[in-house]
Order: sequence, then C-alpha cells, then structure tokens
Amino acid sequence: MTLLAIIAVLFLGGILAWLSEHWKDGASRWVALLSLLLAIALLGRYADHTGIATATGSAPLWWDSLQLNWIPRFGITFFLALDGLGFLLLALTLAMGLFGLIATWRDVGFRRGFFYFNYLWTLAGVAGVFTAMDLFLFFFFWEVMLVPMLLLIAVWGYEQRIPAAIKFFIFTQASSLLMLIAIVALVYLHYSASGQLTFNYRELLAARLPPATSYWLMLGFFVAFAVKLPALPLHTWLPDAHTQAPTAGSILLAAILLKTGAYGLLRFTLPLFPESSLAFAPVAMSIGAASVVYGAVMSFAQRDMKRLVAYSSVSHMGFVLLGLYALNAIAIQGAVMQMIAHGLSTAALFALVGALQHRLHTRDMGELGGLWGNLPRLSAIALFFAVASLGLPGLGNFIAEFLVLAGSFASSRWITAVAATGLVGAALYALLMMQRVFFGGERSPHQNSGPPADLAPRESAALLSLAVLLVFLGLRPQGVFDTAGPAVADALQHIDATVAGTPDRYGAPPGDTGAVADAADSRWPPSNPERGISP
Amino acid sequence: MPIESIPALHTGLSLAAVLFCLGLAGLLVRRNIIFMLMCVEICTNAAALAFVVAGAHWSDADGQVMFVFVITLAAAEVAIALALVLQFYRRRYTVDIDQLNALRG
Amino acid sequence: MTVVAWIPMLPLLGFLVLIATPLFSDRPLPPKLVAAIGVGSVGLAAILTAFLAATQFAGNPAAELNLSLWQWFSVDGLQLDFGFHLDWLTLVMLSVVTGVGFLIHLYSTGYMRDDAGYQRYFAYLNLFVCAMLLLVLADNLVLLYLGWEGVGLCSYLLIGFWYRDPANGAAARKAFVVTRIGDTAMVIGLFLLFTEFATLDIGELISALSTVQANDPRVTLAALLLLGGAVGKSAQLPLQTWLPDAMAGPTPVSALIHAATMVTAGVYLIARMHPLFALSDMAMSAVAIVGALTLLLAGCSALVQSDIKRVLAYSTISQIGYMFLALGVGAWSGAIFHLMTHAFFKALLFLAAGSVILGLHHEQDIFRMGGLRRKIPFTFFCFLIGCACLAALPFTSGFYSKDRILLSAWDFYHGFNGIWLAGVLGALVTGFYSFRLLFLVFFGREGEASSHCRDANNTAMVLPLGMLAVLALLGGLLAPPLQSVFGAAGAGHPPLWVEAIAVAAPLAGIAMAWWACLYNDPARGEQSALGRFWYSGWGFDRLYDTLLVKPFTTLARLNRNDVIDRLYSGTAAASRQLHGLVSVSQNGQVRWYIATLAVGTVLFLALLVVL
Repeated sequence: MTLLAIIAVLFLGGILAWLSEHWKDGASRWVALLSLLLAIALLGRYADHTGIATATGSAPLWWDSLQLNWIPRFGITFFLALDGLGFLLLALTLAMGLFGLIATWRDVGFRRGFFYFNYLWTLAGVAGVFTAMDLFLFFFFWEVMLVPMLLLIAVWGYEQRIPAAIKFFIFTQASSLLMLIAIVALVYLHYSASGQLTFNYRELLAARLPPATSYWLMLGFFVAFAVKLPALPLHTWLPDAHTQAPTAGSILLAAILLKTGAYGLLRFTLPLFPESSLAFAPVAMSIGAASVVYGAVMSFAQRDMKRLVAYSSVSHMGFVLLGLYALNAIAIQGAVMQMIAHGLSTAALFALVGALQHRLHTRDMGELGGLWGNLPRLSAIALFFAVASLGLPGLGNFIAEFLVLAGSFASSRWITAVAATGLVGAALYALLMMQRVFFGGERSPHQNSGPPADLAPRESAALLSLAVLLVFLGLRPQGVFDTAGPAVADALQHIDATVAGTPDRYGAPPGDTGAVADAADSRWPPSNPERGISP
Repeated sequence: MPIESIPALHTGLSLAAVLFCLGLAGLLVRRNIIFMLMCVEICTNAAALAFVVAGAHWSDADGQVMFVFVITLAAAEVAIALALVLQFYRRRYTVDIDQLNALRG
Repeated sequence: MTVVAWIPMLPLLGFLVLIATPLFSDRPLPPKLVAAIGVGSVGLAAILTAFLAATQFAGNPAAELNLSLWQWFSVDGLQLDFGFHLDWLTLVMLSVVTGVGFLIHLYSTGYMRDDAGYQRYFAYLNLFVCAMLLLVLADNLVLLYLGWEGVGLCSYLLIGFWYRDPANGAAARKAFVVTRIGDTAMVIGLFLLFTEFATLDIGELISALSTVQANDPRVTLAALLLLGGAVGKSAQLPLQTWLPDAMAGPTPVSALIHAATMVTAGVYLIARMHPLFALSDMAMSAVAIVGALTLLLAGCSALVQSDIKRVLAYSTISQIGYMFLALGVGAWSGAIFHLMTHAFFKALLFLAAGSVILGLHHEQDIFRMGGLRRKIPFTFFCFLIGCACLAALPFTSGFYSKDRILLSAWDFYHGFNGIWLAGVLGALVTGFYSFRLLFLVFFGREGEASSHCRDANNTAMVLPLGMLAVLALLGGLLAPPLQSVFGAAGAGHPPLWVEAIAVAAPLAGIAMAWWACLYNDPARGEQSALGRFWYSGWGFDRLYDTLLVKPFTTLARLNRNDVIDRLYSGTAAASRQLHGLVSVSQNGQVRWYIATLAVGTVLFLALLVVL
C-alpha cells in the first residue's frame, strides 16, 4: 500500500496545493513541500532493502507490490511493484522534485496554485511510470505525466513557450501512440497464442512472438522511449522544450522525464523482446554513439546557455542508450548510474542557468561574461557541475560513463571508440560555457542596477547537497550497483536465455564484432584459456 | 395501395420539391438574413409537406407526427435565429450575411 | 599503514577548507591563515613522506606497501578498490611531488602575496597536489586515471587563474582539451586492457602479462593507446602544442605543474606499465621515436623564443622528450632519475625566472632584459645553477641522469643509432638555448626593462630557491634504488669516444651560445624563415588550427540550428501548406456553404441513383 500512498500523496497534494492558493498567498508551495516530504518519508520505508546484493531467483525480485482488479474483462489490473531499479529512480524523482521546488522557491510569479498542481502531478505520473507493472497502467501514467508537463511549459515558460510546448506534445504523443499500438498488439498476440488476456508485465514476459512481428513491436516501444530519452534523430523537441520551460520544469524534464525513456527501454523493451533487441542492438548502439557525439557538437555551437545544457543532455543520454544496448551487466549498470548522475548534474546546471536568468534576465552567452568577480559562489558551483558534466573522475558521471564505455567496448569496439570522443566534446562545451559566462572580462548586461546578488543560502544549500551526492556517487557508488543489480540481472536474463538458445540465429552474438575475441565467448568475463590469459 | 392516389402523391411531392427549390434559391440569392430565415422556413415546410403527403399516401400516422415535430422545430429555430439576428444587428448594424464571415479559414 | 592515506588526504583537507569557507561566509580568510593551511598541508604531507621513506623504505630496495581504503566498485567482474600501492618508484614520485610541491607552495606565498585570488590559488594548488598524489599512489589504472584527470583539471584552473584575460582562458582550455584527446586514447586503452585481461589492477595486469608472448597485437595496441595518454599529458609530439601556451598561468604554477610534476605523469605512466611496453617492440620504438623527435623539435623552438617562460616551456618539452627516449630504450630507472633531477632544476629555473619577472614588474621579453647579474645576484646564481644542470655540465645532477640516458640509448641498439644521435644533438641544442637564455638575461648590455629592476625576493622565496639550488646541484647523488621495480639494468661499456661526445656536446652548445649572444650582438631583429618557423613551434598550431579547429567550429556553427530539426519543421511546413490549400474553401460565406451543400447533396443523390 505504501506505493499507492506515495503516488496518492502526490496527486492529492497537487489538488490541495491548487486549492490552498485560494485561501492564502504562497501556501501552495508549502503544501507541495510537505507532500513531497511525506512521499519521501514513505519511500524511506524501503530504505532497508537497498544494497542487498541477492542472487536472482533466490530472493523475491519485488520489494513490495500491490495488485488490485481494475478492468478484469480486459485483463487489466492496477499493479504497482517496486524493485531496486524502481526504488533508485523513484528516489531520484522525489529528490529532484524536492530540489526543483527549493531551488525555484520564489521563481513562480503567477497562478502559483496551478503551477504546483501541475508540478506535483507530473511527479505523480513519473512515480507511477516507475512502479506500474501492468502495461495498461504504465501507459496511463505515461500519459498522465505529459499533460501537466505540457502546461508547465505552455503557461509559465519563456518567450517561445507555445511552439515549444506543442512540439513537445506532438513528439511525445505521436510516439506514445506507437507504443499503445505495440502494447495492444502484444497483448492480443499473447492472447491468441495462450488464450489468456492480460496486461500484466510478468505474464507478458512469457509471450512468444514470431520474430518479424516481435521486431516491429519492439520498434514501437523503442521509438516511444527513444523520443523520451532522447536519441538521435528524435531529439529536436528537447532543446526547445528545455529552453522554454520554466526552471523548475527544465529540472523535472532533464532530471526525471528523460529517465522514463531509459527506464522503459530497460524494463520493457529489452526483456519483452529479447531476440529483436539482440538483433537491433548494433543499430541502437550506433544511435547512442551518434547522439553522444552529435549532442556534444551541437552543445558546443549554442549561444543560449540553456540550449547548451539541453544539448549536453542529448549527449549524456546517448551514453545511456549505448550502455543499455551493450547488453552486458557492466554497461547497463553504468547506464543506470548515468541516469542518476545525469539527473543530479543537469538539474543543478538548469537551476544555475535559472538563477542567472533570474538575476540578469538573459541566457545569451554573448551578453554574459566575467561573472566570477561578482558571483563567486554561483560560479564556483557552476564550475563544479560543469566538470561533473564533462565526466571528471571522482564524480558520479565518470563512474557511469566509464562503466558504459567499458561494458560496450566488449560489445563493439568501434562504436565505443566513437562514443569515447564524446569525452573530448564534453570538455569542449563545458569549458566553453565556463569561459563565456564566468571567466573573461566582466560584461554583465545590467550594470547600472548594481552587481547581481550571489546565491542565497537556500540555493547554495540545495546545490551543494547535489554536489555532495555526486561526489559520494563518484567515490562510493557500490550501493547503487547493489541496489540495481538484481533488476539488471533480471532484465539481462532474458537476453542471455536468447543468446544461449539461438546461438547462430543472428550470426555472432552482440558480445563481439571485433576480430580478437571469438564469438562463443561473449559472456563476462572473457576468459579463454587458449589465449593464455587467466582473468 | 389505391391506384387513384398515385397522382396525389406525385402532385404533393412535386409541390414539396418546388417549394424546397424556391426556398433554396432564396437562400442562395438573398443576402438579408431575415429573408434567408424565411427561405429556411420554406425549406422546412417543404420537407414537412413531403412528410404529410407520404403519410397520407401510405395511411401512416408517422407523417403527421413528423409534421408536428418539424413545426415545433421550426418554431424553436426561428426563436433562436431571430435572437441571434437581433444580437448581430445590435453589434454590426447590418443584416447582410456576407458580413458574417469571421470563421473563414 | 594509514600514514600513506594521510599523504593525499592532507592536501585534500586543505583544499576543502580553503574552498568551503568562501561558500559559507562572505569574509575571506586572513592571508596568513590561507598560507598556513595551503603550505602546511603539503608540508605535512612531505614530512609524512619522509617519515615513510625513513621507516619503511630506507635501506630496503625491495620494500612495498599496499593499502586498500575501500572497495570502489564491483560490477560483474570489473572490481576495483580505492587502493594505494607503494614501491620505490612511487616513493620517488611522492618525494618529488610533496618535496618540490612544498617548496613551490612556500615560494608562492611570497610570489602571490598581493593577488586578490590568494585563497583560490592555494585551494587549486592543494587540490592539484592531492590529485597528483592519487595519480602516483594508485594501485589500479582507474584510480590513476582519476588523479590523471584531476591534475588536468587543476592545470586548467591554474592556467586560467587570472580569468579576466580571455587569452588565459583560451590557453587553459587548449591545455585541457588537447590533453583530453590523449586521455581519451588512454581510456580506450584501459577498456582494451580490461576486455583482454579482465582486470585493471596494475599488479594483476602485470602478472597477467607474464603469460603473454611478445609483440602480441593486443598488447601493442594497448601500449600505443596508453602512449597516447602519456603523449598528451607530457606534451610530446604530436600533442605538445598546449604547453607553451600554458605559461599564461602564474609562474609557480608553471614550475609545479608544467615542469616538475604533472607533465611528467606520462613518463610515470609508461614506467609504471613498463612490462606492457617491454612486450612490444613497436610500442618501444614508438616511445623512443616520439621522445627523440620531440626533444629535437622543442629544443630548436627553444632556441628562438623571446619570452623567458616560453623558452623554459619548450625546454621542458624537450627534456621530457629525453625521458621518453630513455623509456623507449628500456632505461626505465634512467627516465625516472632524469624526471627527478629535472623536477629539481626546472623548478629552480622557473622559480628564478619568476623572481626575474616579478623584479621587472611582469616583463617577460628576454630581449628587453640583459645585464641583470649585478642587480639580482642571488637570482642569477640560482639561474646559473639551473642552466648548468639543464645543459648537463659535468657533476651537476642533470649530467648524471642525461649521461645515463645517452649510454642506454647506445647500448640498447648495440652501437651507433639514430636515437642516440638525436640525444646527442639534443644535448648540444640544450646547451645552446639554456646559456643563450642565461646570457641574454643576465649578461651583456642592459635592456630597456633592466633599469628599473628590483630584487623581488623575500624570505618565503629565497628559501625555496636556495633549497632547490642545492638539490639541483647534488641531486645526482640521490639515484634511487629502482631495481626492485624495473629489474637490474645491465651496465654497458660503450667506447670512450661515445662518452666523450656526450660530455662535449653541451659544451659545444654553450660555446655557440657565447658566440651568438655575447660575441655577436644579439639583435632580436629579423629572424630567418627557419627561425620564424621554429618560433611558431614548427607550425603545429597553425596546422591543427586549419586542419581540425577551424573545420570543427565552422561545421558546428553552420549547424547551430540543428539540421535534423529541419526535417520536422519541414514536415510542419508541408502540412501547413496543405492546410492552406484546403482552407481556401472555408471562406466564411454562409451562402457559399449552402451552395456547396446543395451541389454536394445533388451529386451524392445522383451517384446513388446511377449506381
């Protein structure tokens, strides 16, 4: 019931926040804060499950689950469940929700009640997405999180908000239509094969589909998630939406909503369609690597600071795609880590851009410069998150990128080598941003109104806590890996079964495209006594 | 089916058709909304006449029921339409239908 | 054991204190406290290192220490500890980093006395020392990479320390990005090593290598990729272009990072992974050739520079070229020995140059100096000692280390060879440019800037200069016992004339410098085409600019609005066009609607009738 309570607290908190603004000005954000804290406290009840590295099969995969009848006629249940992966992402969702709330505490100028209503409903939708284990329910939450997000952009956004909101809506809506079709087709095919009508994720895992059909259905899911991720060439809604969204909206988008795409790939696309995923893996990895490089190059070219950060997200999420489709535990764990680390670092960067915009009323890097002199605190913290973004070792982002690349290197050397050049690209855009905004001669656009105020304690505390988290993730990441481990292993198990069952179906398994390691040896660690190397 | 009633059916339906065409022609030609409303009335009444003729022909009461419906409908329609026309006239000081084109694509 | 952990921990704590206080309070710490924290943390680390050396290592050439602090991460076969490994190689590096680092910190308290960013400066410097210590202490390649990137970041921050000048920022970014290119090659090397050997622990890797046969292509490829990282960090061909620009940072930074410690990290990496390199002839030749070419190219560039710090920068590139040459001929301990002595004398040279620059009110053009030896005699003597070591005059520390390298080069190829010849030519060039610098700055006519020269040395600066001068002179006696790490090197006996040439080459260079700078009047005047070519660092900057930078930025800017977005905006535009076509019929004329309705109905009915 706790799971339901978490989601319900967010939904009800949203309604209460909307109403409370009528009673007292500014009450809504306190309501939002309280409901978020309550949700976090509820989630905290699962904290003692974390870090248990259990072998799959021996321990129950779900930490907690709740199954209620919903529409029995179509086999639709209200099925919520939590495992390590879900817990991590739910924790990220609530933590980033709290961060976004605190970082933009005073930013919302009008219709506050409605703003926090939308804010909390987005969070509730995302929380539902991360816990729903019934495909229909999943799709329901998938849609629920979109509409309030759309309103956040369209009502409180910046100058070009309406086109950006429409673009966001069309991209996500069109792609989720594909997913809906795929879901319905999957359920129908499963029904006609087994006579059992169900939307239950666990039961659908057993569905056996003809390869060609399975491939098309997999693509339906993939496109929906790839748009969210976003992956090349479906990414173009993101720079517009991120740039035009209000700061809190950008934080939600970047830190949480993008992760739903990655989560969907890992939770649904890979296990539901193992064979097709295996066949599709080289393509997906190439898309991932291309996103990494293209995002970095685009980020380098931007003038608008927020667009720069937005394109850097494309680059970072490319690593996630690359890691997921490398189809080995190292890379997928890296991808999970990247979801968390990117959430933290990008949320902080958006908060910083928002803080700058709030003070200087511009995001154009051509008009900024030399802010270190007046805003040393803000600049120092921005420096921290910029180097986190470029993957400096010692921070969570590095662990993530390192594992993704290390894992995918075993799957495909050349794709990984291409993706690794993204590290250089990241250095280029991150440092260019530092140079244009914080270093150089002072050229703040509003000099006549006195120097802008440096970060308030509230903002500093929020940002520093993220910084501390990133350092912690960089130095002691094991807790994350142990928590996500069983879920990752569970997802991989389906792929492994496919590899074992049909060794020659698609030629060499994805483990090797290089000439050095031989095809039968794709599993980790690569040990082949004939090569004279003992692992 | 009585054979001698066939001409009556023909005559009645022809009259309804002629009436309808007159109404339609009026709708197309007139620009004054009041006149157009009157033409619409002619069209509805043509349809009503057709119902009555057909009802009489097949000795079915439904024709007359429909006629009552049509009359009621026409009354309601005229009430609403006249109200709209009045409002329109108050705002724009005209009853020219061609001025009423705010919904063009 | 935990003493080891405190060595990098202390500078880290210093950094945290220095960086955290401005975040929470608006008042900066008093400069004395900043200096105490900044210098004290590194000083304590140096004392701990000395203590460690005295208790665990003295007289025990085979001593080793391993310390695992915690399990870093363990994912499905990729298992790494946050662990340290100490042997004599580490100890040499530790001593250099903490010892020289401490002296340079101390010097900085004087040099940076009046700078507004005093606290920021020491925070960065402490972070640098911490990262460098992690680099040399790491027992696995990922932790090494952590330190490796960490020093890169600090180098970036300190080159761009005076951030108001965009040129400094550009130099800093160039340094970071160029080294990052090398780092990317290196990290791919790590992936390759992990894929092949399923471990990244250095000890395990080396034992795994013992079963691999020589010249295995995987080993060669891995070694070459690691070499890529080393080449970037150590400013060797073809990634050497960032170092001369890096001189934009404060001079003590150039001494610490861009002469004594960070730029030698590549040498350390190759020495640490020497079993890997030794397995591949191709990798070894590559290292040797890179070193030989770099030392000649950079030496020639140093010959014609006019900025005192750029001369030293090119000289650093050239000297690290010597170390690479040594590595490439298997003279591992010779390379590390030269690394150590170079750290002493190059730090000394940079610090002395810093005193000159400060004394001349931030004048760096050597053609505007001259005749300074009487005005700042102490600085002059320090500089003289530094130049003598750099030129490898007999009985200075540089002589012992460089001599060993040249002999090893001769031995490795069993007689006369190109690598050795490059080394000897390099020695000649080194003698030439080092004494050209000395003569131009301290001898001859007084330049325009010399007249208002003051002695800028204060106690905090004199002490490190003096200590480094002593170390530079006597460092040759400190040859560390590295046999346990590298194995015993067979001592060759080259013919006497070979040794004689090695001794004579720098002397000849000095004579040429005397002839060029003191006997003839050294007019800066018009340089020959070759001189200009050398001055620009063999045109590498322009080459990369036209070949890589310009196309990249042009392409990026052309595509600023994302060509892929055109696809979607194209779709949107097409549907808008279509909509325009159809919406013509929606003209708002009620009578037109009626007419079409009527015609449509008639047509429809006709259709029904006909069919």
